[in-house]
Amino acid sequence: MSDHAVSLSATSSNPQAGVSGPSGPKPRHVFSRRNIFLYGTLIVVALYYLLPLYVMVVTSLKGMPEIRLGNIFSPPLEITFEPWVKAWSQACTGLNCDGLSRGFWNSVRITVPSVILSIAIASVNGYALANWRFKGADTFFVILIVGAFIPYQVMIYPIVIILREIGLYGSLTGLVIVHSIFGMPILTLLFRNYFTSMPEELFRAARVDGAGFWGIYLRIMLPMSLPIFVVAIILQVTGIWNDFLFGVVYTRPDTYPMTVQLNNIVNSVQGVKEYNVNMAATILTGLVPLVVYFISGKLFVRGIAAGAVKG
Amino acid sequence: MSNSERPNRLFRNLNAKIASIPMVLTAGVVFVGGTAWTVLYSFTNSKLLPRLNFVGLDQYYRLWATPRWLISIENLLIYGVISLVFSLVIGFLLAALLDQKIRFEDTFRTIFLYPFALSFIVTGLVWQWLLNPDFGVQGVVRSLGWTSFDFNPLYNSSIVIYGISIAALWQGTGLIMCLMLAGLRGIDEDIWKAARVDGIPMWKTYLFIIIPMMRPVFITTLVIIASGIVKVYDLVVAQTSGGPGIASEVPAKYVYDYMFFAQNLGQGFAASTMMLLSVMIVIVPWAYLEFGGRKRV
Repeated sequence: MSDHAVSLSATSSNPQAGVSGPSGPKPRHVFSRRNIFLYGTLIVVALYYLLPLYVMVVTSLKGMPEIRLGNIFSPPLEITFEPWVKAWSQACTGLNCDGLSRGFWNSVRITVPSVILSIAIASVNGYALANWRFKGADTFFVILIVGAFIPYQVMIYPIVIILREIGLYGSLTGLVIVHSIFGMPILTLLFRNYFTSMPEELFRAARVDGAGFWGIYLRIMLPMSLPIFVVAIILQVTGIWNDFLFGVVYTRPDTYPMTVQLNNIVNSVQGVKEYNVNMAATILTGLVPLVVYFISGKLFVRGIAAGAVKG
Repeated sequence: MSNSERPNRLFRNLNAKIASIPMVLTAGVVFVGGTAWTVLYSFTNSKLLPRLNFVGLDQYYRLWATPRWLISIENLLIYGVISLVFSLVIGFLLAALLDQKIRFEDTFRTIFLYPFALSFIVTGLVWQWLLNPDFGVQGVVRSLGWTSFDFNPLYNSSIVIYGISIAALWQGTGLIMCLMLAGLRGIDEDIWKAARVDGIPMWKTYLFIIIPMMRPVFITTLVIIASGIVKVYDLVVAQTSGGPGIASEVPAKYVYDYMFFAQNLGQGFAASTMMLLSVMIVIVPWAYLEFGGRKRV
């Protein structure tokens, strides 16, 4: 559409053509002043955003002597992967010296069930809210959405008590439940909005054919809503992997997720600071959400836009 | 709304009700119940264990007489103003730049948004390293010959909160940019055409036509930023651990430390209730506008 408009305004200079054109001025030279300003600004800002990532990678590939002498922006003279190995398998937190690998596997064991459970609950719930409304459902839904804005600090301690009562405090299962609870508002909203936007006739036809609540969900809604499931998975994997507060409150040192362990490794006061190991550990922790982000691309954007704007 | 099938009996819609049990429990027990519980116990003198021994507003008097809490509030205000102003301005400007039908738009957007995929812990640790006085930005500039160059926010208690804000902005502006971009894309092309016919310069069109039209987007963005500000915790823990001294403490950290380290639950509850109050001041008017005006969600 924009191409069409641009070609129109290019062919004639009369103002009538400009009416159909988009926001920008008429196409000019590639190196117009406007373009230099536009791309110049964007490139400078982009470099600023990339700088921390660059410094992280570069630092993690240097040896400690080089870090002490050199500058953090210079590329490594001698590339070494030792900091990565050390961060993964030898870095110490307290008495444990088996590296970040422990936290990584804890995070995997937390994230996978949390993502599955929270999405299963929220999708069925959103479906019930969209297609099987019952009295009072909307009230709870509004409470749920408004509750998403309550600072977690307000609800932390009551949840500690609940988990202690049912004997799950400190266990990974307890943390999985907590993640499912706090993922519910945004996910329910996401699924409810998606199912509401699906054609009503589809649902009616299935009802006429005698399909029930679960039948329609499993055979019609689920297969037709795979994109929104992918969006939800992206949202949850990054969110849960990056969580720190719940991890530090609801788990014990041997079940700490990766973020908590990373913070303990880097900010521990004992010993000589090994900046290269710290940066390697930092990258390792950020790697999972980064990979998810770069693979998912547009869907990631769609996830946050859908979750945020409609909220 | 399924008008075709109006459930008029309790059991007609049983499956939907079963499916909603987690939502009902979360909303009712955790969100409403948990919040009420914390508020109730903030009026007690609970120490190591929660006890219903009411002392009125004592915890609140003590809270507002504690220097650490006052510093936390001051930091939160500074951090909040910086986050709001800069993330809105930078986010909008970046979105406006990306909206000029440029090439490589996806590449630029991917670069601006990637920090948002990283956790606050990772963000805090990277910026701790970048702002390291010996090896970071200050050290590099000094080694270039400008030996009096002074940029050491993380170890200077009067500006440490600005150092944290730098990291927060790096992490969060991408999200604001995306929201703004979605808002800009939602503006009818005809508006731009009309403005161009009338010969209104582009910056004026943005300032007086487009931004007022994007009011809903701005309000939503504002609510998102504001609720994120109050929650700030991990970033401070990672970047400065509240230091130097208590110069970069924030309310969320105060709550956590009093609940789980100082074993002074009453203080923790009172502090978290104050956090709730501040969020409510923002959320209630917004929720009223969003949900109250129209009868249906």
